[in-house]
Amino acid sequence: MAKKRVVTTKINGRPVEFLCEPRQTLLEVLRENLDMIGTKEGCSNGNCGACTILIDGKAVDSCLVLAVEAEGMNIETIEGVASADGLHPLQQAFLEEAALQCGICTPGLIMSAKALLAQNPDPTEEEIRFALAGNLCRCTGYDKIVRAVQSAAKMGCASAAK
Amino acid sequence: MPVVFIPPHARRFVNGQKQIEVEGSTVEKLLRNLETEYPGIWDTLCVDDALKPGLAVAVDGNMSNRGLHQAVQTESEVHILPAVGGG
Amino acid sequence: MATAESDKTGLSSKGKYKVIGTRPIRPDGVDKVTGRARYGADIRLSGMLHGAILRSPYAHARIKSIDTSKAEQLEGVYAVITHKDFPDASDKIAELGEGSVNLKHLSSNVLADDKVLYKGHAVAAVAAETTHLAYEALDLIEVEYEPLTPVLDVRKAMQDDAPILHENQRMEDMSPDATTSDKPTNIYKKFFFEQGDPDAAFEKAHIVVEREFTTATVHQGYIEPHAATAVWSAEGKVTLYTCTQGTFTVRQQVAELLGLPLSYVKVIPTEIGGGFGGKIRVYIDPVAVALARKSGRPVKVVMDRASVFEATGPTPGSWIRMKLGVDAQGKIVAGDTEIAFESGAYPVSPIGAGCMCVFSCYDIPDGRIIGYDVCVNKPHSAAYRAPGSTQVAFATESVVDEICEKLGMDPIEFRLKNASVEGTRRVDGVAYPRIGLVETIEAIRDSEHYQTPLAGPNRGRGVASGYWMNAGLKSSVTATVNGDGKVSLVEGSTDIGGSRASIAMQFAETLGIPMEDVVPAVVDTDSVGYTDVTGGSRVTYATGWAAYEAALDVQRQLCDRAAEFWEVDSSEVTYDKEDAAVKGPDGKSFGFVELAEKVTQASEPVVGRGVSNHNEPGGAFGTHAVDVEVDPETGKVKILRYTAAQDVGTAIHPSYVEGQVQGGVVQGIGWALNEEYFYDEAGVMRNASYLDYRVPTCYDLPMIDPILVEVPNPGHPYGVRGVGEVPIAPPPAAIANAIYQAVGVRMRHLPMSPPHVLHEILKKEG
Ligand code: FES
Ligand code: FES
Repeated sequence: MAKKRVVTTKINGRPVEFLCEPRQTLLEVLRENLDMIGTKEGCSNGNCGACTILIDGKAVDSCLVLAVEAEGMNIETIEGVASADGLHPLQQAFLEEAALQCGICTPGLIMSAKALLAQNPDPTEEEIRFALAGNLCRCTGYDKIVRAVQSAAKMGCASAAK
Repeated sequence: MPVVFIPPHARRFVNGQKQIEVEGSTVEKLLRNLETEYPGIWDTLCVDDALKPGLAVAVDGNMSNRGLHQAVQTESEVHILPAVGGG
Repeated sequence: MATAESDKTGLSSKGKYKVIGTRPIRPDGVDKVTGRARYGADIRLSGMLHGAILRSPYAHARIKSIDTSKAEQLEGVYAVITHKDFPDASDKIAELGEGSVNLKHLSSNVLADDKVLYKGHAVAAVAAETTHLAYEALDLIEVEYEPLTPVLDVRKAMQDDAPILHENQRMEDMSPDATTSDKPTNIYKKFFFEQGDPDAAFEKAHIVVEREFTTATVHQGYIEPHAATAVWSAEGKVTLYTCTQGTFTVRQQVAELLGLPLSYVKVIPTEIGGGFGGKIRVYIDPVAVALARKSGRPVKVVMDRASVFEATGPTPGSWIRMKLGVDAQGKIVAGDTEIAFESGAYPVSPIGAGCMCVFSCYDIPDGRIIGYDVCVNKPHSAAYRAPGSTQVAFATESVVDEICEKLGMDPIEFRLKNASVEGTRRVDGVAYPRIGLVETIEAIRDSEHYQTPLAGPNRGRGVASGYWMNAGLKSSVTATVNGDGKVSLVEGSTDIGGSRASIAMQFAETLGIPMEDVVPAVVDTDSVGYTDVTGGSRVTYATGWAAYEAALDVQRQLCDRAAEFWEVDSSEVTYDKEDAAVKGPDGKSFGFVELAEKVTQASEPVVGRGVSNHNEPGGAFGTHAVDVEVDPETGKVKILRYTAAQDVGTAIHPSYVEGQVQGGVVQGIGWALNEEYFYDEAGVMRNASYLDYRVPTCYDLPMIDPILVEVPNPGHPYGVRGVGEVPIAPPPAAIANAIYQAVGVRMRHLPMSPPHVLHEILKKEG
């Protein structure tokens, strides 16, 4: 087994230092080493988007990132989306629009949508569908997910997301 | 009298009849009464005092969970069908 | 949109109820949007080991020997198991509530016995300190195989000289011939149904169309892989955390397979990330339990995605011959079909259901249905949303469309003329009670979608109907009235798509209290009465009914307590759900909250219980319309617009009812256009990843418009019908019919992926 490495990052606004093996993915370290189980695993090879997190504001499949690569990066996960003031507009919209059934895809979808709205506060339906195409949902048929993102955009999600 | 629709593979015990009127207040009683008149039909449909695995009872169009214990009315129609599982 | 349409039919439940028909936020929602909800793989116990499973590289082989000694010696490995670690399973059939299972087959599917029957078949398992270490240990297990020729196609498997999967299997013949033969065969069972005299009726038919259809094997595709964590107590009891559609069914299977008393197995449901029928049979649960026993430590086993594809699910590939005859007025006079399903490595497949669904939408006075359940070297097929119905609807609805064309008749008009109604006798003999098929056809006819002409080249519109019989089965619920006036509602149905809400709403409605005052909890097998699986579209129907009974029980107890307080006879006390109050003589009255508080302080606790064991009469129907555009250069089909009308009985929480319809439609679209198990000659699945298997993404689709038709089910206190399953059945046929309108080719194979569609287009162009 190769030597373990120390990695220093920022996760959800706080500095985090962790020890990992070079073969561990960032997804594995989040879930196993740091006990942050909000980020989900559906395939481990970059095809489902359940493990989506934000690295320096960009949506990324955390199963495709080696943990050691996270050195110095700014990571956001689903655990950091709600604030002390309550749910993020996207979370609220997902609830109100019934945009989840089983909910396993939800954390990843919210992260992708958050990245989209930060860049493009008023996306068209086509733009939403394009931005979320890497996040599979097998339950909902996506209709209500797209509507939830539209409604979050209307609620002024962009300002909330800065 | 209740009517039992005889499943195709059991028809050879009842001279090819497709449906038979028979007395009884439960599916079990109907089949027991059929057996007295048409020996062989019970073992075709039942094992160890229950319907064979893979078979189910429908009374008046409703699939029943109660198997042989399902009650029947005097005007009831009884079907023996494949058991069905949903997703 | 949805509600407007259902209001137009005049059948909406709107206004009739206080809680039912509203759209509250689901009780488990906040945990799920914040990442707090715990799913199968999220369980962590102290001292926990990680399991991994060795799988067969061959699709068909005899296992000559397994040597696990090197793996056992690897540092950090705590247990290695093979089939020998399971007790000898008898050839017994266990009833699982929804369907039955042969325990010997189940046992050798979980860990292979003397033969492996598909690529990916589990052979041995390891528990080690880390997952990485467990996978390293798998490489040290030496298995000697004698490869055998696989058979992968249902028709080839039925031939006399086909390689045989099970030497001791003989065909069970359910036809009037009831032939018996001592020849080993891959055909497990031949089904047969007949009504009237179809041969004579075809003689007299004006138009007869007979076609053959094939459909590929497809997977349920739930995003959460199977995950199970087991821990033993010192006294020999085991606790299992698992993501399942049915905790009690898991308990039964694990107990049977490991020879444990039922009551020594406690199953705790985690949240479940999709199932669609694929999380009922056990795969890794008994493995986790056996590894935990052998190692003396808690063990978690999580499947990887490739194994989910290669070794769980799928739904059967099929071959279907479909023949229909109509008279000059367009009335169906005869039907005749033969259906063969690939059950996979072991029987049984949903062929019985397929036979019962195939002619379910039409009044066919003279008909014959023959079905075959056939083993092939693929994973053992499992239920998938309306199991068996989608394959057969593809055949029936495609031939119906061809007949409409030959008659020059509008497909809606044809369906209205021939639709099953109350009293129609299906070919398998059953006569329908009140059903809502006609209403769904009318809803499509009157929809804005169908009324708007479709213009443009290479575009076409298609229509199809579908059916599912819906289950009822057993459910239990208890309800404790708390001192704060709220109610703890304890249920055994795992919540796969919002059922905590739909059950709590029926409970709240019955007591006239706000839904927010009901706090539902899905609990383990020790903490609630027996409850069958979340499947068969049964939970809102049957567990909802149990909740209704529990609420009535609460009403009675509250009346009794009030009578004591007032010192009157309880016959003078009634529950008024309009006011959510208990009322007695001389204007005496207790509000629900007030009485709850009083009872908690000064009387026996109020604990309601409700159970149900009713089966749903009639089943549910849907009719869909779709517009497509076909690219004649590539064969790619784009869905432009989709409308699905469905008889939902009463929509308890309309948003989740719509969601069920939309989700089912999209799974049907995936089945129609992309999804298939692609096997090479050796029986190796070449596309065991999401990228290559290709379920629909958000970018592939338009919005899906549901029309909820509400024909209240007379067999339920609130008129509920199961809704989850039907919507997957019509899409492939509706899309095939639309493709024909667009480019003039009849697609008779699923999936209608670009290469297949292009092939047909080029063939037509010569
Ligand atoms: S788990 Fe990372 S994309 Fe599927
Ligand atoms: S809600 Fe189940 S996968 Fe999206």
